[in-house]
Amino acid sequence: MKILVCISKTPDTTAKIAFTDNNTKFDSTGVQWIINPYDEWYSLVRAIELKESDASTVIQLVTVGSSETDPIIRKALALGGDEAIRVNTDSQDSFYIASQISEVAKQGGYDLIFTGKETIDYNGSSIGGMLAELLNLPYVSLATKFELSGNKAVVTREIDGGEEVCEVELPVVVSCQKGVAEQRIPNMRGIMSARAKPLKVVEPSGVNTLTAISSFELPPAKAGVKLVSPDNVEELIRLLKEEAKVI
Amino acid sequence: MSVLIFIDTAEGHVKKASLEAICYGAKIAEQLGTSAEGIVLGTVKDDLAPFGKFGVKKIHHLNNELLDHLDAQVYTKVIADIAEKIVAKVIVFSNNVDGKAIAPRLSVRLKAGLVSGAVAMPDISNGFIVKKNVFSGKAFANISVNTDIKIIALNPNAYKTTAGEGTAEIVVVNIPIDPVKVKVTGVNKTSGEVPLTEAEIVVSAGRGMKGPENWGMIEELAKLLHAATACSRPVSDAHWRPHNEHVGQTGTAIAPSLYIAIGISGAIQHLAGVNRSKVIVVINKDPEAPFFKAADYGIVGDAFEVVPKMIEAVKKLKGV
Ligand SMILES: Cc1cc2nc3c(=O)[nH]c(=O)nc-3n(C[C@H](O)[C@H](O)[C@H](O)COP(=O)(O)OP(=O)(O)OC[C@H]3O[C@@H](n4cnc5c(N)ncnc54)[C@H](O)[C@@H]3O)c2cc1C
Ligand SMILES: Nc1ncnc2c1ncn2[C@@H]1O[C@H](COP(=O)(O)O)[C@@H](O)[C@H]1O
Repeated sequence: MKILVCISKTPDTTAKIAFTDNNTKFDSTGVQWIINPYDEWYSLVRAIELKESDASTVIQLVTVGSSETDPIIRKALALGGDEAIRVNTDSQDSFYIASQISEVAKQGGYDLIFTGKETIDYNGSSIGGMLAELLNLPYVSLATKFELSGNKAVVTREIDGGEEVCEVELPVVVSCQKGVAEQRIPNMRGIMSARAKPLKVVEPSGVNTLTAISSFELPPAKAGVKLVSPDNVEELIRLLKEEAKVI
Repeated sequence: MSVLIFIDTAEGHVKKASLEAICYGAKIAEQLGTSAEGIVLGTVKDDLAPFGKFGVKKIHHLNNELLDHLDAQVYTKVIADIAEKIVAKVIVFSNNVDGKAIAPRLSVRLKAGLVSGAVAMPDISNGFIVKKNVFSGKAFANISVNTDIKIIALNPNAYKTTAGEGTAEIVVVNIPIDPVKVKVTGVNKTSGEVPLTEAEIVVSAGRGMKGPENWGMIEELAKLLHAATACSRPVSDAHWRPHNEHVGQTGTAIAPSLYIAIGISGAIQHLAGVNRSKVIVVINKDPEAPFFKAADYGIVGDAFEVVPKMIEAVKKLKGV
């Protein structure tokens, strides 16, 4: 079993969101970078669990990013995984990133490719589906449980107002969310051994982008909260009905 | 040239999020001076022609029960075929579970730039620019789409549905489909309840509720308001509530008209999933709770006293 886990970096969830260069660039001054939570907590950990139940499993990590991404990919290696590949380019639009990952995937002969449900900075939820199409593979998105059964994957995925279980033959691309695994903390042994694990840097292939960010905007500030006394709850319901018109 | 809208169904019924996509797509067609057409895959129970009142002139229907469950690969091929046939220049999805699975595939297949999570009409005054949600609701990005064909996945609750006049012509499509590879073996619906992502109103509670045994009043309030229920992450982590109720950065992101947060502190990761709600009401006994900064209305008070009073007040309002 050979698994490819897609790892992206995002600003820490508490980072201040601000923009520079006439609102065209994210202001990363002082920002702490973390592994995208969906990649770290769910897809990577599930891959590690699969390796724990079958030691012959090989886990490779892939990230598309400049050398700034190295600490993130090292942290992912500290959690688990055998080696990492970094495609050396500033990540651009989703199609560009998916195309770079697909080049890596074509070389690797993977049985299983995991992505996170979405990046918490771009919120695309797109890379997994794009990758599956580029590789002409089936795609199961928004998985909440993942099991292997012989040459098949048994995946529970989110549907509106519930879940459904589906079966698909490998190889397959799966996007993971909460439920697939439980978050882990890297231990000292993992951190030490990560230093010795190979991190291969490959150059990007020439691909056009399909979209570009023209500018960013911050949402308008809220007017401030209107407080109602706990002894006058009826007034709150009246405001919701007559002023806000939402009930 | 036309605008194509993917109309998705659940158990044979058109989803509310798809109505929004239809109205949005019809408005784009109007801007571009062309017409809007829809596509429905699988067996349906609804009469499709009346959906014309939301702005679609034609609905292409491929009535094949093999399409009753989603296999994004199979769906993509069919949608691409229809899109090519009618020379669709803009293709609209809802950014819901189905849209998230299909739209990215279609983007690659048609080499069409995708904006997922759109929150407003495209600006076509200079190019084709679509505003989307980024940084989990903390900002917006204006994305310029540089390809001949454009795909937009519209966030649920981001566009208002309006009904006018008209019926849609139903075009029965008969094209062969590829073998289905993703086989659905079981469905587990939390039936009867309002799906969280489609809900207009969401009643949500956090660790302030002390334990799962106290959720009766949350459910009662939700039921009276015809709302979905949600919770903070520690609540689902502790198995007080099912994990599909968890909202926030690592849970579901929602944008209802009304979000009522009870006994939730308002941590930034929680806000990331709910800050696109139109109106936020916070019930918390701590006046310093950060959630009040993001709220429109609030009560500083004990949930165990306030919520029963809310139930009474809503009952009175609704005359039940
Ligand atoms: C990377 C990351 C991702 C995360 N993702 C999410 C996420 O997606 N969603 C999420 O929710 N959290 C997420 N968290 C956790 C988040 O930081 C908070 O810990 C969590 O939201 C707190 O939940 P809570 O408000 O229910 O509990 P608490 O923080 O314990 O707050 C309970 C609140 O209830 C109030 N209260 C207590 N008793 C009463 C009473 N009787 N009446 C009224 N009010 C009362 C208290 O004043 C307090 O404000 C994430 C954290 C990290 C680090
Ligand atoms: N630059 C990147 N390098 C590697 N994987 C990525 C990158 N960006 C996104 N991904 C993967 O694709 C998933 C979905 O990202 P997105 O489509 O941007 O929301 C993430 O959870 C990652 O698993």
